[in-house]
Amino acid sequence: MPSLRDLRRRIRSVQNTQKITKAMELVAAARMRRAQERVLNARPYADEIRSVMAELMKRTPEYEHPYLQVRPVRRRVIILVTADRGLCGALNSNNVRLALRSMNESEAPTAVVTIGRKGRDIIRRLRKDLIADNSEIGDKPKPHDVLPGTRVALEQYERGEADQVDLVFARFISVGRQQATLLRLIPVEPPKDAPPAAADFEYEPEAKDVLDALLPRYVEGQVYAAVLENQASEQAARMLAMRNASDNAEEFITDLTLTANKVRQATITTELMEIVGGAAALEG
Amino acid sequence: MAKLQVELVTAEGRLLSQEADFVLAPGMDGELGVLPRHIPLLTPLVTGEVVVRNEGNEERLFVSGGFLEVLPDRVVILADDAERADNIDERRAEEARHRAQELLAQNEDNAEAAAMLEGALFRLRVADIRRRRRGEHGGPPPAQ
Repeated sequence: MPSLRDLRRRIRSVQNTQKITKAMELVAAARMRRAQERVLNARPYADEIRSVMAELMKRTPEYEHPYLQVRPVRRRVIILVTADRGLCGALNSNNVRLALRSMNESEAPTAVVTIGRKGRDIIRRLRKDLIADNSEIGDKPKPHDVLPGTRVALEQYERGEADQVDLVFARFISVGRQQATLLRLIPVEPPKDAPPAAADFEYEPEAKDVLDALLPRYVEGQVYAAVLENQASEQAARMLAMRNASDNAEEFITDLTLTANKVRQATITTELMEIVGGAAALEG
Repeated sequence: MAKLQVELVTAEGRLLSQEADFVLAPGMDGELGVLPRHIPLLTPLVTGEVVVRNEGNEERLFVSGGFLEVLPDRVVILADDAERADNIDERRAEEARHRAQELLAQNEDNAEAAAMLEGALFRLRVADIRRRRRGEHGGPPPAQ
């Protein structure tokens, strides 16, 4: 039987942990709302650039920009987006697992660019081919904050050192659901869901030149959007993980309190019995 | 008279959404002026300033490249990065210019520094025009 003092100490310690997890839950909830807002704010740009690109690709079917060429895949690059911090449930390990599975399944050797400290640490520990790291961009990244890593991946492709570039991140489906997702960045697939362009455009200089300028922006925009979405997912996952932790702490405290009461009661009962027994012995 | 609906969006969000009589944007082959009922056009933009005029009011923004999409009644500017002229912090721009010049002095082919310098100079110019137009002497003197 644990002593009453130990039990009380234990309860206090769980209560303190619960205070922290509750605070983290609230912080994550507030950050998640802001992160969701950023995802929404990024939509008009993404929609617009998609519709322009779909139109351009329709207009220049014979033009094969390198980003549009499908080549036999001898080497690949994966851009792995994760969070910088842990305590967000299985979010990071799901992303990493998806990336690793895709690496094992493909015949081609795969290099990795990481955006996010957690992914970087695991990839490095596993001694995978880590070619660039773009971590620690904070929770309010600007579009240019993700450029260095993206550029490394694009350069690999442009130099022919990679024939395909993929992106792994956690898609934000709802507050309760985030899905590790693998998206092919290059070769670029024509956007399917784009609305038809509103008019018959003139292009200056040529449609092909505009497409040349647009494609890198499109790819960079996808990486930026993925990072924003991953951040919203991170906060949602952390909020949920911390809520579960707080609930578990609550349950733990209830159980411990019950045990403590029983122990206290047992002690009192024992003491009473001793007194009664002692008195009876004196009388007898 | 017909109006243009102007939208300026970056990957971070919508910076401007308003009616206008005239839009000026830094096209690849020089500045491009757009009036209502312009022919539909799509062109890349270079670093420079965008001017949006509406009934005598003028809005100036700095863009660092992007795309211009012109429709008969709508102008969409997809900017890589954009800043309103009033938000441009002159002191910061001045510091950025100094830093860029120092870097350039060390290495002539430093493309990054050259881009930084170009950006800083443009921000300064936009802020300067703004101040002169208002006829006031806003802001502290640039840091030396």
